[in-house]
Amino acid sequence: MTTKNMAPLIEKEQIDLLERLSNACGILSDVGEIRKIVLESIKPYCDDVHIDALGNVLAIRKAQQPDALRVMVAAHMDEVGFMVVEKEEGGLFRMVAVGGIDSRYLPGKPVLAGKEHVPGVIGAKPIHLMKKDEMNNTMELEDLRLDVGPDGGDKVKPGDPVYFATKFQQVGPSLMGKALDDRLGVVSLISLIQHAPANIELLAAFTVQEEIGLRGARVAAYAFNPDLAIVMDSTPSHDLPTWDGSENIYYNTKLDAGPAIYVADTGTLSDPRLLQRLFKIASENEIPYQIRQPGKGGTDAGSIHRQRAGIPSVSISVPGRYAHSPVMISRFNDWKNTLTLVHTALAEMPKNLLQRN
Amino acid sequence: MKELIRSLVDTTGPSGYEMQVTELVKQLIKGIADEVKVDAMGNLIARKGTLKKGGKRIMLSAHMDEIGLIATHVDDNGFVRFTSNGGVFPVYLLGGRVRFLNGVEGVIGSESDSRDQAPAMNKCYIDVGAKDRESCPVKVGDMAIFVRPYVDLGTRLVSKALDDRVGVAVLIETMKQLKDTPHELYCVFSVQEEVGCRGAMTAAYAVDAELGIALDVTRTGDTPKCTKMEVALGKGPAIKVRDSGMLSDPKVVRWMQETAEKEGIPYQLEILDAGSTDARMMQVSRAGMSAGVISIPCRYVHSPSEMVDYQDVLDCVKLLKALLSNPINFG
Repeated sequence: MTTKNMAPLIEKEQIDLLERLSNACGILSDVGEIRKIVLESIKPYCDDVHIDALGNVLAIRKAQQPDALRVMVAAHMDEVGFMVVEKEEGGLFRMVAVGGIDSRYLPGKPVLAGKEHVPGVIGAKPIHLMKKDEMNNTMELEDLRLDVGPDGGDKVKPGDPVYFATKFQQVGPSLMGKALDDRLGVVSLISLIQHAPANIELLAAFTVQEEIGLRGARVAAYAFNPDLAIVMDSTPSHDLPTWDGSENIYYNTKLDAGPAIYVADTGTLSDPRLLQRLFKIASENEIPYQIRQPGKGGTDAGSIHRQRAGIPSVSISVPGRYAHSPVMISRFNDWKNTLTLVHTALAEMPKNLLQRN
Repeated sequence: MKELIRSLVDTTGPSGYEMQVTELVKQLIKGIADEVKVDAMGNLIARKGTLKKGGKRIMLSAHMDEIGLIATHVDDNGFVRFTSNGGVFPVYLLGGRVRFLNGVEGVIGSESDSRDQAPAMNKCYIDVGAKDRESCPVKVGDMAIFVRPYVDLGTRLVSKALDDRVGVAVLIETMKQLKDTPHELYCVFSVQEEVGCRGAMTAAYAVDAELGIALDVTRTGDTPKCTKMEVALGKGPAIKVRDSGMLSDPKVVRWMQETAEKEGIPYQLEILDAGSTDARMMQVSRAGMSAGVISIPCRYVHSPSEMVDYQDVLDCVKLLKALLSNPINFG
């Protein structure tokens, strides 16, 4: 059996894996739950797997031909969440955010605290007691508390992680869950390893600390020193209608419009040769795609491309609504097309694509 | 040197898309470099000279990229929304003209009829004369530069992209004039400076030099009621002491000052509150290197009409040539 041009598919097995990974929890480098699932999924398919000093999983699947392009593909394991910073009485705790979180999303949300996943809730004053002018105020995280009750209070301590408690579900064409940013990418990368194109040496980086500044990817790229890099991530989609019926011109990406290819964001100008290649592959294979609106934001590519003597990079994300909140909504088809696009691009990557005269 | 400067500023090269400038520079340095290569990021790295007694491995950097705009959306009526590629000030936008890499030109307008204050960038659009989205020759992600003709005012030159094509010109001219050097020079024509000195960062890693000098423009404090700054057009090269990204190595500053004095070249010392150059990346690359900057004073930086003094440019070449002609003893 050859795996040469066998494209990875997203079937029940991959969706089950996404469910497990979405429900599993991990912030910063504290991603043991995620890493365990990653390792068990990829080990039989890799020529080398190791966990580096920061906690990245670095896996190599060799090419089946000599002098192959060495391609790094990265997806981050960490999610946004919180860290407990101070214990107060009665099972109440003060927290800080880990990664970018809009505090307006938080009041009333169920969460899980610490290694034991102690259930809790982020509390706020109920509407019955709220004064009229208080209704107009935003509640900052410093005004909110984690409430795990008196029993739970003994099991939680400062430094512990806190995660959203959302359970994954598939609803029609939609995937709903926490941490789809970037567990979608993690499952995609696992599938790429399992169906690695024979023509490239696949250097897979499951990274840590992306949400707090692309830190894991930085050392991973130094270690791999690849010829080029592709980052698979999740990106916000704000494709809702405007209230006044005018044309929505700032949506970042749109659901159901296909993989979002990055031309420019805060951290990276994608390599034009890789962009042209992706556009060509997408058109030839009739894979829909969209260009993520150039602007703010960033992916692991921001630290990968400027590592060592420079690494041509590009990012491709699955769009999702309500990013960095307790629940994101992405579309199955966008995910499927993202994986197909990346796999096809890799399988048909010319060896001399990046050669300069 | 005016023709050299003109050919460089007339070439298109927004950050990340510097290829036309790269090709031009390759032509311009033909025969005056010992080795030329383009690296993974697109930096053009030209070696000149080999290490002799008393010499150092020196990285010189001038960036090829210019600021520009990127299309973010084409609306139902064919208007192109955009964001910046590099540090673009909204105040310079209205009425300006741009050219996309595919040659399409357009004019910048804004939503508001008020002309009393500069509109925010997200209230502006580019009108390329299209009737609707379908007929618009621009798509999301397309890159544009500002268009404005080069003007020779005699002692002063005005153009878009003098930041930093004038630095590129100084480096090329110095390479031409420098007949003998004990140093191994790595002349880096860098990419992506305007988005955070990214090209210089990777080039500095590759070159692994002992000393780094960036050639870039700096703003002046010599226009009516402007923010105070002790740099003026026509008073010679500005030797950078600090900017918001780095402190020049004091040894390098002293060496530049002493060389200028010895050669009778006028100079000024530069302390810049906001902004930085490729030298900041050189300084902290690998195990670090001594770094400094020769700045070309420039008015209206990051506008489509930047202005430099021609004598300053010539004096920058003179100073750089003098610095590189002899062994360096920092003592």
